[in-house]
Amino acid sequence: MSVPTIAVDGLGFRYPDGTAALRGVDLHIHPGERVALLGPNGAGKTTLILHMNGIHMPQEGTVAVSGLQLAKDTVMEVRRRVGIVFQDPDDQLFMPTVREDVEFGPRNLGLTGGELDARVQSALDVMEVADLADRPPNHLSFGQKRRVAIAGVLAMEPSILVLDEPTSNLDPASRRELAEALLGLDTTQLIVTHDLPFAYEMCARAVVMDGGTIAAAGATTDVLSDTELLRQHRLELPYGFAIRDGS
Amino acid sequence: MAGGHVHALYRHGDTLLHRLRPQVKIAAAFLFVFAVVATPREAVWAFLIYAAILLSAATSARLGVGFVATRMLIEVPFIIAALLIPFFSDGETVAVLGLELSRTGLWDMWNILAKATLGLLTSVVLAGTTDIPSMLRGFEALRVPRVLTAIMGFMIRYLDVVLGEFRRMRVAMQSRGHNPRWLGHARPYATSAGLIFVRSYERGERVYLAMASRGYDGHMPPQAGDSAPVRQWAMALAVPAAAWTIVAVAWVTL
Repeated sequence: MSVPTIAVDGLGFRYPDGTAALRGVDLHIHPGERVALLGPNGAGKTTLILHMNGIHMPQEGTVAVSGLQLAKDTVMEVRRRVGIVFQDPDDQLFMPTVREDVEFGPRNLGLTGGELDARVQSALDVMEVADLADRPPNHLSFGQKRRVAIAGVLAMEPSILVLDEPTSNLDPASRRELAEALLGLDTTQLIVTHDLPFAYEMCARAVVMDGGTIAAAGATTDVLSDTELLRQHRLELPYGFAIRDGS
Repeated sequence: MAGGHVHALYRHGDTLLHRLRPQVKIAAAFLFVFAVVATPREAVWAFLIYAAILLSAATSARLGVGFVATRMLIEVPFIIAALLIPFFSDGETVAVLGLELSRTGLWDMWNILAKATLGLLTSVVLAGTTDIPSMLRGFEALRVPRVLTAIMGFMIRYLDVVLGEFRRMRVAMQSRGHNPRWLGHARPYATSAGLIFVRSYERGERVYLAMASRGYDGHMPPQAGDSAPVRQWAMALAVPAAAWTIVAVAWVTL
């Protein structure tokens, strides 16, 4: 089997006040996969993704990205390989114009000149925000901000794109445009979401987290049709929504 | 839409002044204001020339009388303060409209009014023809340390976000029947100001996390600024050069 893009093994983490946020988490994601990470509020999803790029360092267990073990001396390379798109695009878009914001990551990697421009342009094109390049971020709609935030991360050419609640606060049309853009990428993706229909549409595999551990994992169809499992972990499909089996 | 006010100082256009590189305009504006400040207050003719230069710049940039006038309103409190000076200064007095006013006080008033008005007019013309991202690039091209321009950028970027939060909080308070009529009713505003401080602090942390996730290591990456052609420098610096010549003449003929 290929080297996993993300290999989390036996990961444990306690916050300074002693609260255990992660307890023995194992998660492997392989190149080209799109995986949904589901779970109620406070399940430890965000803590887990903050371990994937070394914002938090493992207290127990290991994290490896495409075979590179996360450690103090590899953290910058790990951050290049793992692109996290945070929930509130206002937290991410801080430069005066869209283009400068998308340039921020690649510039940190030391890119300049034509190489930088090419990277930035292709990230803007793939998220279909090239026409917004010279606008200040505060003049964009929420859906546009979200896509620009993703472009800013894609410009670093990560091996895996991690999206934290990508559909929150989006209107249905923006949500669909986002889905189309993400489906068009060949980058490996981990999508953290409460939006179960979105997970169903985007991801073949789903992982359910609860109480700091992986509670269930499997084909998204199976996970979402297991009503007992969903109920146990405070996950709910929208009213009137049913998973059709036999696709 | 939220955020309109950030660009309230800028008027979109495609005039010569709009097209000049921002660093050229910033340098010219600063040097010009220094010249205005260095001019002896008795040289009234010099201030009239400065005003003519600025007004023709504003006209050529198509800023419009209303646009300039409304942006000059910020000066009103200073004007009121300056108008009081002749009443409270000592020394020899002169009769103006039947009032005994201090001669040095009148000169002080004129000095403040003329220089403040011209300084403000300069910045209105500069801000009216240079949008905020260009302004920041201009400062960078003038070798202002990257960390300072980054702070300015953050401030402008998040001012909107924070004001938006405050607006939403106020609407939420009003929706629950808050109707402030006297000072005692201001307490919820004070509380929400505190809350905004805490929220902004937390947001700062999230912004930092997002930056660190994109490889930020404590140094802002350098921005490639466009260098300005010599012709633009020559053209723009001619204005403060003229002003400094006037300063020299004014001091010599004083």
